[in-house]
Amino acid sequence: MDFIGALLSSMPGAIAQGLIWGVMAIGVYITYRVLDVADLTVDGSLCTGGAVCVILTLNGVPMPAAILAAFAAGLLAGMVTGLLHTSCGIPAILAGILTQLALYSINLHIMGWGTDNGSKSNLPVSVDKYDLWVSSRHVRALTAENPFLILIPVLIIVIALLYWFFGTETGCALRATGANGNMARAQGINTNFAKVLGLMISNGLVALAGAFLSQYQGFSDINMGRGAIVIGLAAVIIGEVMFSKVFRNFALKLLACAIGAVMYYIVIQFVLKLGLSTDDLKLLTALVVAMFLAIPYWQGIRAQKTVKGGKGHA
Amino acid sequence: MLKIENVYKTFNPGTINEKRALNGLNLELKEGEFVTVIGGNGAGKSTMLNAVAGVWGVDSGRILIGDVDVTHLPEYKRAQYIGRVFQDPMMGTAATMQIEENLALAARRGKARTLRSGITKAEREEYREQLKILDLGLEERMTAKVGLLSGGQRQALTLLMATLRKPKLLLLDEHTAALDPKTAAKVLEATEKIVQKNQLTTMMITHNMRDAIAHGNRLIMMYDGHIVVDVSGEEKKNLTVEQLLSLFSQASGSSEVDDKLVLG
Ligand SMILES: Nc1ncnc2c1ncn2[C@@H]1O[C@H](COP(=O)(O)OP(=O)(O)OP(=O)(O)O)[C@@H](O)[C@H]1O
Ligand SMILES: [Mg+2]
Repeated sequence: MDFIGALLSSMPGAIAQGLIWGVMAIGVYITYRVLDVADLTVDGSLCTGGAVCVILTLNGVPMPAAILAAFAAGLLAGMVTGLLHTSCGIPAILAGILTQLALYSINLHIMGWGTDNGSKSNLPVSVDKYDLWVSSRHVRALTAENPFLILIPVLIIVIALLYWFFGTETGCALRATGANGNMARAQGINTNFAKVLGLMISNGLVALAGAFLSQYQGFSDINMGRGAIVIGLAAVIIGEVMFSKVFRNFALKLLACAIGAVMYYIVIQFVLKLGLSTDDLKLLTALVVAMFLAIPYWQGIRAQKTVKGGKGHA
Repeated sequence: MLKIENVYKTFNPGTINEKRALNGLNLELKEGEFVTVIGGNGAGKSTMLNAVAGVWGVDSGRILIGDVDVTHLPEYKRAQYIGRVFQDPMMGTAATMQIEENLALAARRGKARTLRSGITKAEREEYREQLKILDLGLEERMTAKVGLLSGGQRQALTLLMATLRKPKLLLLDEHTAALDPKTAAKVLEATEKIVQKNQLTTMMITHNMRDAIAHGNRLIMMYDGHIVVDVSGEEKKNLTVEQLLSLFSQASGSSEVDDKLVLG
């Protein structure tokens, strides 16, 4: 009974975290599924979003502006990766790694802005002193400060805007670029521009998630984005496994990513309560994602074998 | 309408895989001309079409479409003048997008992509009418994903997409080669119909000699990266496969005729 009680009391926190990572996972979906590139920039840009949001808040910038600035910083990070890829001919995955590495230094400097040596690896922001929009402190509070009252509308707005965008001419061009670059160029689409734009939007969303995450946990930290891509992929894949049969509409597919992220955090809470050490979480996450990526591949091989075998028996 | 002036293209220069694919290529097409292109494997036919479409830049020479020098324009900008259908049915369409979405993408070829809706109601009606021309029943499946279509259906759709906005130039690279004979004939028939109706300036590569003679009003043969035979008018109409074969062996300086060229 104790186990169930502890698990239940950890649920609001898990769901709140899942919703924040849901925004991040939607960003990953845009590159990984729509654009068909694996973008590793996100491990850096998540922290960039958090760092920008916290440093601006500490310096008296109003929260909406701080969050918008975090989003813009993410756009910029995505643009750098996009240009490294399209204008410099660097493979997308390597371009992302390069930006991610560069962001490590940049994030330290953002968080150390105004200090003596201009570099800092952790930056606390207290919900008592600043007007934060979301905080883990209020996650079980039945007041207007409950983070769900912000996180759910934010998620809905993000999904609605993306649903609209991917229905526009520019959005369709982006989808075509991911689906078949050859065809896209033959139809007059500037695929390089589309890729840069897609990477920008994706990293903008990831940085936005970073901005909310840093507020929620009360600090930004240089390591907060480590392995973010894997968590994002986990959310995307869990969402697809659960809903790919029922969710056909694009908006629902995005929603599935967010639900996938929530499920991920619920499962994490579950295994933690079962006694798994937090140190082993990343190992577990990597294993689970590797497995879910491998299963469709194995199924493909088996399907091929049955086709061949079927012919022999017929 | 199209002018190719002294174009050279070498792949992998300076390596053991160095290959001069276009070797002083010259060609001029008048408006409304329908040229069939034949030649052995590796003669440079696809390379010529890719050079015109701008898949990569050429080493030297000039390419003009109408009055516009497109030699240095990127592929996506040249697309405003060019409709293309490829040999591989997978290459011309976006499999994960709907039939009508693919058509809507093609309808915007050469126009700025804005934040207006990617497809409108009025367009849908227009596409429905256009799809009827293909006579494949696709007008009833407009929201189906293109990945669900057969190779022939995809080629027919690609053809429609290439000509939805009248291109200055239609480039067909063995676009029926991957199809079974019956489907190939049907797609070829649709091609003829669409080219005639719109008076399109067209280049069609084929390995089928009979098709090369039966279609179009001009025939060119490529060998070693340039054009070695160029016939049109009455002479083209009265060509026989035997004559073509002897023209080929003369041009290539060998009596051994390429296997694939004989096929058909
Ligand atoms: N992208 C490329 N990179 C390297 N070599 C290439 C490339 N494209 C074509 N080639 C080479 O250039 C030569 C001409 O090829 P091309 O595809 O134009 O021949 P083709 O006349 O279309 O032949 P086929 O009838 O087999 O299609 C060939 O030797 C080919 O290997
Ligand atoms: Mg070819």
